[in-house]
Amino acid sequence: MTTADAHHTIETVWKIEAPRLIAGLARMLRDIGQAEDLAQEALVVALERWPTDGVPDNPGAWLMTTAKRRAIDQLRHNRMRDNKQAAIDYELQPDAMTHAPDHADALDDDIGDDLLRLIFTACHPVLTRDMQVALTLRMLGGLTTPEIARAFLVPEPTVAQRIVRAKRTLAEKQVPFEVPRGEELAPRLAAVLEVVYLIFNEGYTATAGGDWARPALCEEALRLGRVLAGLAPGEPEVHGLVALMEIQASRLHARTAADGRPILLLDQDRARWDRLLIRRGLVSLERAEQLGGADGGYALQAAIAACHVRALHAKDTDWSRIASLYARLAEVAPSPVVELNRAVAVSMAEGPEAGLQLVDALLEERSLAGYHLLPSVRGDLLFKLGRRDEARVEFERAATLTGNVRESELLRQRAAACISTE
Amino acid sequence: MRVLVIVKANADSEAGVMPGTELLAEMGKFNEKLVEAGVMLMGEGLHPSSKGARVRFDGKKRTVTDGPFAETKELVAGFWLWQVRSFDEAIEWIKRAPFDGGTEIELRPVFEMEDFGDAATPEIREHEARLREKIAKA
Repeated sequence: MTTADAHHTIETVWKIEAPRLIAGLARMLRDIGQAEDLAQEALVVALERWPTDGVPDNPGAWLMTTAKRRAIDQLRHNRMRDNKQAAIDYELQPDAMTHAPDHADALDDDIGDDLLRLIFTACHPVLTRDMQVALTLRMLGGLTTPEIARAFLVPEPTVAQRIVRAKRTLAEKQVPFEVPRGEELAPRLAAVLEVVYLIFNEGYTATAGGDWARPALCEEALRLGRVLAGLAPGEPEVHGLVALMEIQASRLHARTAADGRPILLLDQDRARWDRLLIRRGLVSLERAEQLGGADGGYALQAAIAACHVRALHAKDTDWSRIASLYARLAEVAPSPVVELNRAVAVSMAEGPEAGLQLVDALLEERSLAGYHLLPSVRGDLLFKLGRRDEARVEFERAATLTGNVRESELLRQRAAACISTE
Repeated sequence: MRVLVIVKANADSEAGVMPGTELLAEMGKFNEKLVEAGVMLMGEGLHPSSKGARVRFDGKKRTVTDGPFAETKELVAGFWLWQVRSFDEAIEWIKRAPFDGGTEIELRPVFEMEDFGDAATPEIREHEARLREKIAKA
């Protein structure tokens, strides 16, 4: 094996093993910053040794053993520094000492819990949302700082700084490395799901820049969601979110024309929707509902998305069911954006006039002031009602508000169409 | 990316001999790890070729031949569809599968949109260029 080959293999193994490695070390050290540093050190050792010694049969266990030895040294060092030498044997986590290097399976039994702890810690509320996202992608996605920077169109040093600050904050606030229990669990889980969904959405609709979607981020979010569903199988909203992401991802490739222009849902070629992802999404939705989570925010959104994928042709869409699901969603998670979506569904079920009434009720909503979809939807309804002058103004306004170049082009075309058909 | 992982047939699988309890248990564990890692999209085992058929196309003519088929090593006994971040990752995962006895597994990347995206290439290039500019400026 050449050195280049070995490095290639090591990088691949690293992507697979890093989260488990960091999670296992964090449990020993109670500090995810130190845990990540030690995991990185184990990686460096692998990069030195594997090209000459060959890749070990169980590379994951090898990395874990190497890192754990260093973790034990680190703990000793910490104790010595704190002048508490006598406390070492007592205070060391028992599993750090008793797990023999080749007992990978024994390690595996705990590792699921450790991964869950790692996810909850990375998404801890003492961190800002930006920090949570960066830390989650770095620790659980095995993404490098440059990869995260590229995905989010921010400079590398910004991401590096977010990660450093996040680690420091967690250490300073002495955030325990644990899965929250009792009343704390629901809001903490909601935060985790929000981070995962944010990553997905960042990929699904690029908020800035020229391209419509960044599939790699969608795939990473989906992967995180699926991992989470395996770690917390009893949580309906986890399945709800996975269902929502699977179904949305099924349309990923049908959303963009060959020249990069976006294609709206109802104009998409449904033959290009990914049936496998749809099936997986519907199964996850069913699981969420079986667990009593039909009224969860994500499950409701997934149920709405499911209405679309169940219709073989756009004209077969069950808009009254969608409208009623949005009405339920507006009760569970009230927001002007949900209300706007409900208006669209109502307009499809009952006609543009009914939809326009709901949209007009939102015009004074301050939180929607800069939201391009409000004038975009209003323009569409006005267009359908034959009020083209008003429609054109709305489309033009929407075009100036969106940060997405492609979407902006589409809106300007619609504005132009209002004139040309007069 | 997606990778199709093809498990080739052998004399046992073609004879309809089911794997032993031990292998089944180990395979169960392996599958569990694939699911936990978010890698597994689907996986199925196939009946022996004796229960299958082949259809040959010549002009308008369709000729159906019932199994079994002779060339055991070229036959498929089962498959997985995996979602991975790279082809190497799929190879790394399959190395961990509990196969033995000369079993051969074939891995094939599934065509993705990008593979067809010739028309979009200039746009993608332009986008990449803008991105680099943006990152450099920041």
